Amino acid sequence: MSHVSVPKTYKLYIGGAFPRSESGRVYPVNDSSGEFVAHAAQASRKDARDAVVAARAALSGWSGTTSYNRGQVLYRIAELLEGRRGQFIDELRATDGLTAGAARTHVNTAIDTWVWYAGWADKYAQVAGNTNPVSGPYFNISTPEPMGVVAAIAPQDGGLLGLVETIAPIIVSGNTAVVVASETSPFAAISLGEVMATSDVPGGVVNVLTGVSTEIAPWLAGHADVNGLDVSEAQHCDWVELQIAAAETLTRVLSPTQGIEPRSLERLTFFTETKTVWHTKSLI
Amino acid sequence: MATAKIPEATSTLLAPAERALQVIGGDVSDASLRQYLEGLSPVDAVGLHARAASFQTRSIKAASKKTALDTIITLTDLTTLEGADTRGKVRSLVAKAITPDAGDPSTPTVAAVCVYGDMVPHVREALGARTDIAIAAVATAFPSGRASLAVKIADTKDAVAAGADEIDMVIDRGAFLSGRYGEVFDQIVAVKEACRRADGTYAHLKVILETGELNTYDNVRKASWLAILAGGDFIKTSTGKVSPAATMPVTLTMLHVVRDWKRLTGENIGVKPAGGIRSSKDAIRYLVMVAETVGSTWLHPHLFRFGASSLLNDVLLQRQKMTTGRYSGSAYVTEG
Repeated sequence: MSHVSVPKTYKLYIGGAFPRSESGRVYPVNDSSGEFVAHAAQASRKDARDAVVAARAALSGWSGTTSYNRGQVLYRIAELLEGRRGQFIDELRATDGLTAGAARTHVNTAIDTWVWYAGWADKYAQVAGNTNPVSGPYFNISTPEPMGVVAAIAPQDGGLLGLVETIAPIIVSGNTAVVVASETSPFAAISLGEVMATSDVPGGVVNVLTGVSTEIAPWLAGHADVNGLDVSEAQHCDWVELQIAAAETLTRVLSPTQGIEPRSLERLTFFTETKTVWHTKSLI
Repeated sequence: MATAKIPEATSTLLAPAERALQVIGGDVSDASLRQYLEGLSPVDAVGLHARAASFQTRSIKAASKKTALDTIITLTDLTTLEGADTRGKVRSLVAKAITPDAGDPSTPTVAAVCVYGDMVPHVREALGARTDIAIAAVATAFPSGRASLAVKIADTKDAVAAGADEIDMVIDRGAFLSGRYGEVFDQIVAVKEACRRADGTYAHLKVILETGELNTYDNVRKASWLAILAGGDFIKTSTGKVSPAATMPVTLTMLHVVRDWKRLTGENIGVKPAGGIRSSKDAIRYLVMVAETVGSTWLHPHLFRFGASSLLNDVLLQRQKMTTGRYSGSAYVTEG
């Protein structure tokens, strides 16, 4: 019997579900040679708002889990990604024009990145935190805490790896993320959402919007309920304007000029805030 | 199969409530009240749902939305009905009622603060000399209504004496569902009388039907008529303690009764959906439903209220969005 191929509808990933854009808009996505591949959802302002609401709702649960548990969940993402290598390799070859070998290496590195960050989950606080010497009968302890909801613009030509390098450092410490996928090759982001949805990542911890990033980014940058903004790979946007909009609502911004390495402890701690507590020493 | 025993309709005379005497005629008895309520036309549930759903399709433009948001605030009964309520919590609620949004002095104040009866003195104290915000108190063994009539009356009198402007009473759903309409009727009349102040004026009486326990739209319609006939100034959907609380079809059924009562007697009865309305979007749909069913004259605090605790914050966030042009966050409104 002949089989009729079933093309996939690429939708958004918001709050653990895969809705179409509220606006009903889609846009065509072409491969590297200009051939039409599929339509992707073109997220609207309301989709961006819904994603932030979902991220905010997921925050207390995700940041409240133990860091050990978060590490396990991140490792689980790597496990499931391993099982779906074939799909990601195919998508990277189709839309990003990678050769088979390059695509394989690319996916391997992406999986390794999850594992690398998973390892940091219950260790970064020991490295980034500190007991501070103070002149008095007190302990003074500084610990990094998650900031809250972080919005990020994924790199335009980063493929799966660029996406993982954007998401992993945000969520490992307990933040929740709203990610605007690459406009030209958004499929890896939605497929990664499918991996998230099946790998113990609670709904709303990672939300993926596809569409025109120059259109979506200002809504997220100006949103008062967004605590952090990653525009380090948003050279295609007017990131200075985004920075100004973010400053209006006291949002911390990771800009392209800061030179923070993609896979680094520095990047992980950038999306944390330092909490310092004083505690009396016992007086015996 | 054993059939449920329906209590005998007796010719026992009921309390002589003015409205019932006029509408039902003669001396109102258990039998004549039952005959009247059971003679009401049944509700077409399918049509009701379709009609209620149709109110969700209106396109609300920005200028109308701004007006609608402000209207919602002026129609809100800001509510706290928790066992853990304290004087401090009530005071902060009153502060929020007076100044809903500290960042925007143009924000209107809410219609009333709704609390348990023993919290009324704290509300009075926090409001000071202000009279633009009413004090609503739930009474009559809220939310279950399971207490003797003497206790319900004492509960009501206590709240009125403490300075409550409005009393939210619950009906005895057990009696209603057992068909003892006369008993429910007499209780409402008695509580209404307990709302009488020393100077002869009355505290406004809102009658909570607790529609989530009435099972059918026919019952909602009957209970609405019953509450109005017995002298209720307002009919209110729910206590907020039972799910489902206020829904659009239930509120529409009650609005239909209010519209019919207006046609019959020319008198305006208020409606208060309470519980479950959390977003501005939902509240705006209710406004549309009220305006298209009984007319926009009802969009006034003495004829329509929202019983809500979390709705106000969502309305404030939407207001801030309209003023600043960017989405606001939960950190920009006060809790409670």
